[in-house]
Amino acid sequence: MNSFDALYAKAKDRVRSLSELPSVKEESVEQMLEARGIERRDFMKWAAGITAMLALPSQFTPLFAEAAKLADRVPLVWLHMAECTGCSESLIRSDAPTIDSLIFDYISLDYHETLMAAAGWQAEENLEHALKKYAGRYILLVEGGVPTAMNGQYLTLGPQGRTGLTVVTEAAKGAAAIFSIGTCSSFGGIQAAAPNPTGAKGVDKVISQPVINVPGCPPSAANIVGTLMHYLLFGTLPALDRYHRPKWAYGNRIHDLCERRGHFDAGEFVESFGDEGAKDGWCLYKQGCKGPYTFNNCSTERFNQHVNWPIGAGHGCMGCSEPDFWDTMGPLEQPIKSHLVMGLNATVDKVGAALLTATVVGIGAHAVASIFMSKKEKEENKS
Amino acid sequence: MTNRRVVIDPITRIEGHLRIEVEVDENNVVQKAYSSSTLWRGIELILKGRDPRDAGLMAQRICGVCTYSHYKAGVEAVENALGIEAPYNAKLVRSLLNASLYMHDHVVQFYHLHGLDWVDVVSALSADPEAASKLAFKYSDLPIATGTDELKAVQQRVKSFVDKGQLGPFANAYWGNGTYKFSPEQNLIALSHYLKALEVQRVAAQMFAIFGAKQPHPQSLVVGGVTCVRDILSPTRLSSWREKYKIVKDFIDRAYQADIVMAAEAYGTEESVLGGVGVKNFLAGDAFMLNRSENLFQSGYIKNGDLSQVFDIDDTKIKEDVTHAWYKGADTLQPYDGVTEPDYTGFVDGDTVNGQAKIIDESKKYSWVKAPRYDNEAMEVGPLACLLVNYARGNKKVQSEVGAFLKRTGLPVGALFTTLGRTAARMLQTKLISDNAITIFDSLVENIKTDDSTYTKFEIDSSKEYMGRFIGEVPRGTLSHWVRIKNGLIENYQAVVPTTWNAGPMDAKGTVGPYEASLVGLKLEDPTKPLEVLRVIHSFDPCMACSVHVIDMKGVELSEFKVNPMSSGAAC
Repeated sequence: MNSFDALYAKAKDRVRSLSELPSVKEESVEQMLEARGIERRDFMKWAAGITAMLALPSQFTPLFAEAAKLADRVPLVWLHMAECTGCSESLIRSDAPTIDSLIFDYISLDYHETLMAAAGWQAEENLEHALKKYAGRYILLVEGGVPTAMNGQYLTLGPQGRTGLTVVTEAAKGAAAIFSIGTCSSFGGIQAAAPNPTGAKGVDKVISQPVINVPGCPPSAANIVGTLMHYLLFGTLPALDRYHRPKWAYGNRIHDLCERRGHFDAGEFVESFGDEGAKDGWCLYKQGCKGPYTFNNCSTERFNQHVNWPIGAGHGCMGCSEPDFWDTMGPLEQPIKSHLVMGLNATVDKVGAALLTATVVGIGAHAVASIFMSKKEKEENKS
Repeated sequence: MTNRRVVIDPITRIEGHLRIEVEVDENNVVQKAYSSSTLWRGIELILKGRDPRDAGLMAQRICGVCTYSHYKAGVEAVENALGIEAPYNAKLVRSLLNASLYMHDHVVQFYHLHGLDWVDVVSALSADPEAASKLAFKYSDLPIATGTDELKAVQQRVKSFVDKGQLGPFANAYWGNGTYKFSPEQNLIALSHYLKALEVQRVAAQMFAIFGAKQPHPQSLVVGGVTCVRDILSPTRLSSWREKYKIVKDFIDRAYQADIVMAAEAYGTEESVLGGVGVKNFLAGDAFMLNRSENLFQSGYIKNGDLSQVFDIDDTKIKEDVTHAWYKGADTLQPYDGVTEPDYTGFVDGDTVNGQAKIIDESKKYSWVKAPRYDNEAMEVGPLACLLVNYARGNKKVQSEVGAFLKRTGLPVGALFTTLGRTAARMLQTKLISDNAITIFDSLVENIKTDDSTYTKFEIDSSKEYMGRFIGEVPRGTLSHWVRIKNGLIENYQAVVPTTWNAGPMDAKGTVGPYEASLVGLKLEDPTKPLEVLRVIHSFDPCMACSVHVIDMKGVELSEFKVNPMSSGAAC
């Protein structure tokens, strides 16, 4: 027996109930896989990848495979609010599964303005149709912050000129689950940075239903797809942190699993971009890296099929999956003065590699960051 | 009979939120057109008071499709203000990233955004895969993803959805419209490439991420240089870039180019794509450092479609007009006067061919995008403008590429001044960039043998005031960023963006911009399903998030530039 047994039983139930739902496509997934030349082995490999990413033990792999086969039971509606389309672009970079198979085989993408062929009245019809036909069943994904100033009129959509606020509120009513994709829909994002001229807000601030936040600017394709897959398998909200982010993706600090962490502990810092330390891959803390304050899986998942990530490319993390990071983490290429990790600039680079000291640095960094986080939390509770 | 109103909102398959309205006469011919951006975010306003080093990363969030364009522009505008010159390696890396961006962006634009205006997905189902496979050799000596087996699989895959009436993103579109001109076999070839391009764009993004950290929204540029020093000094990373580059270039040569040649043949007599250029003035910026002595594209502008004369850009002649844009201010704003504040008046109730709706009152304000003018003239920007300006300049590479295309398709030079020509120009520009990207790469490899510097140190003197700008070419046309720094902070920031030039509303004199002018005279088969309008508008590659900006500029002096600082609405 292990602690995952209950979860496993829950997932099994979910797969059973999914299989009892009417299919949107009524098509055998086996046939589809065969038609596409995807061997069962590859399919299982993919399922194993998702299982690992979600930090679940390998016995869940067959269940993921089952759930994926039933994915056509869950239609998707993707709305664009005040945004830059970067999150949609991130989605189409996905290879686990690839977006073509996402669109054509696994899910029923009923509304997505960037990808859909229909426009204008026909697009509007598709939206109305999806919300009505799949009421209570569809997943609503929202990209972009919601402008609320001037009664929401900084964004209007469709031939009737409805505000973004109206559209998202109505779409939320019949949604089985709501995901805020990206920092803008999660926390307001760039347009909500001071002075927030349009009163932009995260989706969870304008509707009453529970929302899963998948922040990042943009979030990696893996985090978007992983969240979807998690929902498919378990049908309920994943374990969430205080900002309603899935813990499987946002449960660790960038800093704790950073490939340059050893250099931090050893007191080896890039003093100036392009210097010898930069060439040797030393720690970017002094160049403003916000890895110590940022919770995300970039250190392990990276971006674009693990090709690279900001710290890998020699630029510090800017904290893009944290609420209000544009206002709280800037200047982005400078350490946060009020929250210097270990009061670092003066001393840490002198401590060298003495093991004991390095350990203390590590602990100290944790302690300071925890104080920082709990402070923020207190402030949040007050407001 | 009075004109009838057609409203298209949302225009899908673009970046951002765009509404187009047209008035058609009794023969369904467009008499007037109106372009309205329906989202305002105010990013330049947010940039005020920030650390200048943050400008690039923040400005980048203007757009996630031409991601990087605003990042680079923001960084280089600040460098220009501070008088910093980034090391040669850094310039080459930026140029290489730009090439990687175009190779991604234009492929996605043609196949996934614009493609469905040309390709009838349903028609592809009746194609004979074997005949289609043979036909593919007509457009390329070495076609890609068009083997009989592959085409058959593509067909079956789509058929299973059509049969069940479950078309997902293809649902309720314009299939069967008479202006779709590809044969079933041609449709099948293009559809196969649509799917292949989904794979290829992923590789193109990886290629970008090698030096860019991630895509979209890279993070490896800083004021003073680039941070990816380890990536450029790693032989593994360099060869990885080259391998991915080859895959993407291969697709551009063997699919993208072939499909445009195929389109030129099939659509060569289709009236609805042989207009579409109403504003015949074209403006372009320079771009793509190939080595120390050569840029791939040069800047300039041409007037009235006259390729015999090309002029240098004089920044002082750029102005913007808010007569019909949702901002307060005089009808014709002089530079540095007035206040730029939102003044939203919304839409009015009205009849349309599809029934009652909210419609534009064109006598008033109707868009978040302003109307930029050069020397009081509207200008088109984008790949077509870039090629025309460079063609007129005598740019040998451009002349040879354009000449070869015209020869191959049997089209006259005049065919470039059309919707079809605009779409073809985007491919030709992609081809030129992908052919020359390897030169940039080779320059980088050569230089790092003796020079590994990637960053120039600098100090910002908070007692000084700085002003600077970036002007250059990005995927959707000419982009400029303007910054003023005071007390070590951004005092003022503005972006004059490509889509603003193209998508802007009427000005005070009633002069219309490229979008609105391009639609006049267009005949619609069925105004309730206005595919022809989508095709023309998509040929511009709209990017609305870029186009809508505004800043609080009252009293701001940018006199060294004399660009209308009220600026706001431009797009990428």
